[in-house]
Amino acid sequence: MTGINIIHGHVMLPGADKAEPLHLHIDKGKIASVGKAAPIADQVDASGLIVAPGIIDFGVFKTDKPAFRFGGITRAALMPDQSPVHDDPATVRFAALKGKPDLWVHPLAAATQGLDGLRMAEIALMKEAGAVGVATGRKWISDSGVMLRIMHYCAALNLPVILHCEDSGVAGHAVATAGETATLLGLSSAPIVAETLAIGRDLMLAEESGAHVHFRQVTTARGLDLIRAAKAKRLRVTCGITPAHLFLSDNAISDFRTFARLSPPLRSESDRLACITAIADGTIDVIASGHDPRGPEDKRLPFSESAPGMAGAETLLALSLNLVRDNIISTGRMFELLASNPAKILGLNAGHIVEGQEADLILIDPDAPWQVDGDRMAALAGNTPFDRLPVQGRVRHMLKGGKVI
Amino acid sequence: MTWTQPFAADSFPSGSAAFPHKHLLGIAGLQKWEILYILKEAQQWVVLNRSGAAKHDDRLSGLTIINAFFENSTRTLLSFEIAGKRLGADVVNMHAAQSSVKKGETLIDTAMTLNAMRADAIVIRHGSSGAVQLISSKVDCPVLNAGDGSHEHPTQALLDALTIMRRKGKIEGQTVVICGDVLHSRVARSNLFCLKSLGAEVRVVAPPALMPSGIEAFGAVPFSNFDAALNGADVIMMLRLQSERMQGDFIPSPREYFHLYGLDERRLALAKPDALVMHPGPMNRGVEIASSVADHVERSAIIEQVEMGVAVRMACLDILTRKARGEEGWA
Repeated sequence: MTGINIIHGHVMLPGADKAEPLHLHIDKGKIASVGKAAPIADQVDASGLIVAPGIIDFGVFKTDKPAFRFGGITRAALMPDQSPVHDDPATVRFAALKGKPDLWVHPLAAATQGLDGLRMAEIALMKEAGAVGVATGRKWISDSGVMLRIMHYCAALNLPVILHCEDSGVAGHAVATAGETATLLGLSSAPIVAETLAIGRDLMLAEESGAHVHFRQVTTARGLDLIRAAKAKRLRVTCGITPAHLFLSDNAISDFRTFARLSPPLRSESDRLACITAIADGTIDVIASGHDPRGPEDKRLPFSESAPGMAGAETLLALSLNLVRDNIISTGRMFELLASNPAKILGLNAGHIVEGQEADLILIDPDAPWQVDGDRMAALAGNTPFDRLPVQGRVRHMLKGGKVI
Repeated sequence: MTWTQPFAADSFPSGSAAFPHKHLLGIAGLQKWEILYILKEAQQWVVLNRSGAAKHDDRLSGLTIINAFFENSTRTLLSFEIAGKRLGADVVNMHAAQSSVKKGETLIDTAMTLNAMRADAIVIRHGSSGAVQLISSKVDCPVLNAGDGSHEHPTQALLDALTIMRRKGKIEGQTVVICGDVLHSRVARSNLFCLKSLGAEVRVVAPPALMPSGIEAFGAVPFSNFDAALNGADVIMMLRLQSERMQGDFIPSPREYFHLYGLDERRLALAKPDALVMHPGPMNRGVEIASSVADHVERSAIIEQVEMGVAVRMACLDILTRKARGEEGWA
């Protein structure tokens, strides 16, 4: 027999709340056996570790392998906002190859040419080139007719439409959420209706077109109510969030901290708590990093002139584990949010530990303490709003396609 | 009205404890007694400035003050320049229009450059909220905020407080109405924080689209009806309305604005008979304030505000450079 055994670990199986003590046998890049080790010498001792599916990070802005390795991310759905934009098949094909051999990169196709929000891109050709979804990018498409036609097109191609939901008219040049903090700091701000208006319109267009829509980040109580109602109506709708909107409210931008400038901007504490509730009740389907490393040339600027975004890949797992420690969700549910749901939405045969599937695995010590340190991160830049935060949970080993990375 | 002295000589902590800050970035971070200390210190400069031909003190002799103005200004720049020169400092002005900022240099690089020139104080105006704080974190000398975006303009609030104190004798218990584009106004923010700290009742009046969200949390009482807000007012502060906001984005036209929010004699009569009229300048006559009100001999304090501005800025420059000058108790 060939391959490797992962022994003495606790394995996170699909549908289970907690990891169970089991051996795994990996052969030819696939999970060959769940439960039985093979009589071979190559073993990984997973004592004290959880063996889980590799994280599938839904919606990153950079292919940042060192950060993904640190964070236990074996697959990344790459946003189309690249240079050049993912708006033709060659660019998509190239992006898909960029991660090899350590990382699966699943490109998302731009919905419109150059992400201009007006002219439809070659979506079908990009699908054949490897695109797993169609995204509006960092922006919302303000022309409702364009958006409706894209949704019709994607419904026919059976591609999910990944949406950024901020109404461009209401949001304008806002860099913060309207409220006390923005008023104190004198920052231009937009009310949360910027988000709810965008979600409301796109849900109506989804109902009209039958498209599967995924709202990449829903960050307000009212927005989540709309998603909840749409799910109750059995629309094909899913949504995600990043740890920033789960664990930070807009007072994190006090002192003009540009690392906390995000898009959509951080919200009030009551909206933050509504996001936690939506994690608990299953309204939110995905937790992603939104990984967007930005150096000093983008961040060491006055707040309004700085670029939005955070380096999130390294902290995604540890921060998500906070939800388990706070008894909001089970470990099993956390890996649904981090791996199996993104796989399901994007149509990837991944995200579960079942026999015959690619052996993309992470072995994690869920309690290992460490401190987030923006100056010493593996990412291309250390722009984390969680700088200096003590966290728990480290990836000890990672396998991609059965190979130890 | 005569000036009543609200400060006892022993009512402030001694030495740097009276003002334990390196920079003056905003009013929001100051204690009540720190604000009062600056106002007390400014009194002597009002006297000096009125003393005739030889208006000079050389306590800042040999110090270099850079006025770095990244946004156009006439009166604030001039006021800071005169304040520095009257105290004997070497004052240089940097206008963004002539600087390397136009050539793409980042704000941090500009700050490092100013720092390398060994300024003893830097006065900064910038169009972006928080920009002055950012620069202050990169330079060694004291930084004075001369206005950053829509955030703060602390010396304006201090000069306004000094003007009210001198004309009304006190600030505590006064009803102050601030009217105009509160959303975009750093003057309104700094004045709100300053006046609330000193015990005034502050009413803010703005068109609905120009009223900041959550302003009540800072103690302001919001009004959309100017007439209603004026009932019982002791002080009326008018804000300048930027012309770019009058093209239909926030308000339909200057004349509709004046109809609802302009201060004319009819409205002035709704306030207390001795209500004071203030404006940070430059005024848009006929847009936010009628000429007859702006020029009202007894009621308008607009020219006096400019005079107090020099005195307050002299006090701020003096206080913030005491450590560098080795003043006893300020090391």
